[in-house]
Amino acid sequence: MTFAANFSLVLPEVILGASALVLLVWGAFHGKVTPLFTGAAVLALLGAAVAAVVGPHGHAFNGVYAADAAATYAKVAIYGFSALAIVLGDRWLAARGDQKFEYAVLVILSALGMGVTASAGDLISLYVGVELQSLALYVLAAFRRDDAKSSEAGLKYFVLGALSSGLLLYGASLIYGFAGSTRFEDIAAAAHANHGMGLLFGLVFLLCGLAFKVSAAPFHMWTPDVYEGAPTPVVGFFAAAPKLAAMMMFARVLGDAFPDSVAQWRQILVITALASVFVGAFAGLAQNNLKRLWAYSSIANVGYALLGVATGGETGLHSMLLFMTLYMVDVTGFFACLQALSRDGKPMETIEDMAGLVKHRPGVAVAMTAFSLSALGIPPFSGFWAKFYVFGAAMGSGDVLLQWAAVLGLVGSVVAAFYYLRLIKTMWFDAPEGAVDKPQPIARAVGFVAAAFSFPIVLVALIWLDPAARAAAAAFGHA
Amino acid sequence: MALPAIAFYLLAVATVVAGLLVVSAKNPVHSVLFLITAFFSAAGLFVLMGAEFLAMLLIVVYVGAVAVLFLFVVMMLDVDFAELRQGFAQYLPIGGLVGGILTLEMIFVAATVATNGAAGKNALPMASPVGVPNTEAIGRVLYTDYIFFFQLAGLVLLVAMIGAIVLTLRHKPGVKRQDIGKQIARTPKTGMEIVQIKPGEGISE
Repeated sequence: MTFAANFSLVLPEVILGASALVLLVWGAFHGKVTPLFTGAAVLALLGAAVAAVVGPHGHAFNGVYAADAAATYAKVAIYGFSALAIVLGDRWLAARGDQKFEYAVLVILSALGMGVTASAGDLISLYVGVELQSLALYVLAAFRRDDAKSSEAGLKYFVLGALSSGLLLYGASLIYGFAGSTRFEDIAAAAHANHGMGLLFGLVFLLCGLAFKVSAAPFHMWTPDVYEGAPTPVVGFFAAAPKLAAMMMFARVLGDAFPDSVAQWRQILVITALASVFVGAFAGLAQNNLKRLWAYSSIANVGYALLGVATGGETGLHSMLLFMTLYMVDVTGFFACLQALSRDGKPMETIEDMAGLVKHRPGVAVAMTAFSLSALGIPPFSGFWAKFYVFGAAMGSGDVLLQWAAVLGLVGSVVAAFYYLRLIKTMWFDAPEGAVDKPQPIARAVGFVAAAFSFPIVLVALIWLDPAARAAAAAFGHA
Repeated sequence: MALPAIAFYLLAVATVVAGLLVVSAKNPVHSVLFLITAFFSAAGLFVLMGAEFLAMLLIVVYVGAVAVLFLFVVMMLDVDFAELRQGFAQYLPIGGLVGGILTLEMIFVAATVATNGAAGKNALPMASPVGVPNTEAIGRVLYTDYIFFFQLAGLVLLVAMIGAIVLTLRHKPGVKRQDIGKQIARTPKTGMEIVQIKPGEGISE
C-alpha cells in the first residue's frame, strides 16, 4: 500500500492533528480566545467528521488502523459532540474568567485519540489512542486550577486512570505474548486456533482496563468525584464522547480480536453490566448533587450499553451503538441545561436548587423533565428506544444468561426511576427558592434542541440512525 | 553455553528482587534506587537477548532521565512517610486478599502454559535480518511501518506538555521584561519629562 493510500485513510486524524497544531500556535501568539478561534476549532472537528464520511474504507498501515462503517459512525458522533463541547465550554469558562485557548486544543486532541481508538486494529493503536484521549481529559477535568474541587477531580482521574492504563497494558502484553502479534486480525486467528488460558487471562485484564475507562462497576469509583469537581461543560463532554469511544474499544477488542471467544467474555460482561446497573440505580438514590446523580446515572447507562456488547454479533453491537448515540444526546442536553442555570451567579447543582424551577424557567424545566423521562425509559422518549433495542437484542439472543440479565436490568431501571421522578417532582411541585439568573443563550439552545430530539425528533431520526448503526455493526469482525 | 544461563538467572533474580523491594521499601528514595537497579538488570537481560539498542535506551532514558526525575520529585515533595503508612494495617486484609488471588491465578496460568506451551507457536520475537544490527533494524521500521504509532506518541507528549503549561503557568502582571525594540525606539522625548515647577510648590509623584 502506498503512502498516499494510507494517508487518505487516516485523513480525519491528519486534519485534527494539523489543526490542533495550527490552533496551538495561533493561540500562543494571539493569546486571546476570539469567536473566530472557537469557530475554527469547531470547523476542524466538523471537517474531520466529513472526511470520515466521504473518505475511503480500508485498513491502513498494515492493518493497525481500520477505516470502516463502524469507525465512521463513531467518529461522526464523537467529533460532533466534541465540537459541541468546545462551544458550550468556551462560553461557560468565559463567564467565569477561566477562558483559555488550550481548552479547544485539548478537546480536539482528545477527540483525535477517541477517533484512533474507534478505528483501532491493533493493541498499540488502541493503547496510544486511549492515552491521548485520557491525558487530555485529565487536564480538562482540572481546567479550573484555582478551584480545589476541580484540581481534586483532575488528580483523582489521573491517578486512577494511570492505574487502569497499567491493567490494560498488562493485559495487552499477555495477549501479545500468547498470540504472538498485537494486530487484532492475528490475535483472532490465534484465539480461533486455541484460546488458551494465557490469552483469556490477558483478555480479562484488558477488559478491566477498558471497564475503568467506561466507568463500569466495579471500576466506577472515580466517576462521581470527577463529575462533581470538573467544570460542568467538561462533565457534559466526559459523559458523552469518551463513553462512546470506550464502548467502541470494547466492540473492537471483542468483535475484531476475540470473536470466537464469545462464551468466555460474555459472562464477564454480563456481570459487569448488571453490577453497573445496580450500583448506578442504588447509589444514585442517596445523591443530592445533580452532577453526582448524573454520574451514577451514567454508570447505570453504561451497564445497559455493555449488555448490548455482551449480546455480541451484529444485533448486539447495533443496539449498543444506537443506545450510546441516544444517550449521548440526552446527557449532553442535560448538562447544557445544568450549565445554563445559576442563581445569583452561583451554579445550581443540587436537587433543592431546582425547587420550583418551572415557575421561573419553564423552558429549561420542561427540557430537563424530558431528559429525566428519557433516562427513565418512558416511551416515546429516546431513552425508551435505546433500552428497547438493547433489551430486544438480549432477549432475542436465545441465551438464558442474557435473558435473565435483561430482566434484572429492567428491575434496575425501575429502581433508578425514583431519582429521576424526584427531580421532576422537585422542579414542578416544590415552592420556588428564588429568582434564577438569565440562562446562557447557547447552552439553553443546545438543551432545547436536545430535548426536542429526545421527543419527537428521535422518531424521525431513528429512520435514518437505525440503518446507519446496523451498517456500522456489520463492519465488526472483518479485521 | 553455561555462561549466558548463569548471567540470565543472575539478572532475572536481581530484577525480580529489586522489583519487590521497590514496592516494599519504606523510604521512597530507596524505592527509586531499587527501581534503577531493576532497570539496570532488565537492560542486562535485553543484552542477553541481543537487543543492545533497547538495553542502552533503557539505561539512557529510564535510568538517566526518568528515574533521576523521580528522585528529584521524591526529594522535593514534602512527603510525610509516617502518614503514608498509616492505613497499612487497615488495608492489609483486602489488599492481601486481592494480591493473593492474583498471585494464585498467575501461578495457575503459568502452570498451564508450562504443560501445554504458549498458545501461539509463532510467538518467537522477529529476529533482525542477518547482517543488520538491531539499531538499524529499528530505524528501518520506526519511520515506515510504525510511523502511525510514532506520530501518535508524539501527540501524546504534546498533550502532556500542553497540560503541564495549562495547569501551572501563571502570567504575573507587572513583571518587567526586556523589549529590545522598545529600548531602541526610545528617544529623549519619550524618556524624559520636563516639568515646569512654580516657585514654592514643589512636585509630588
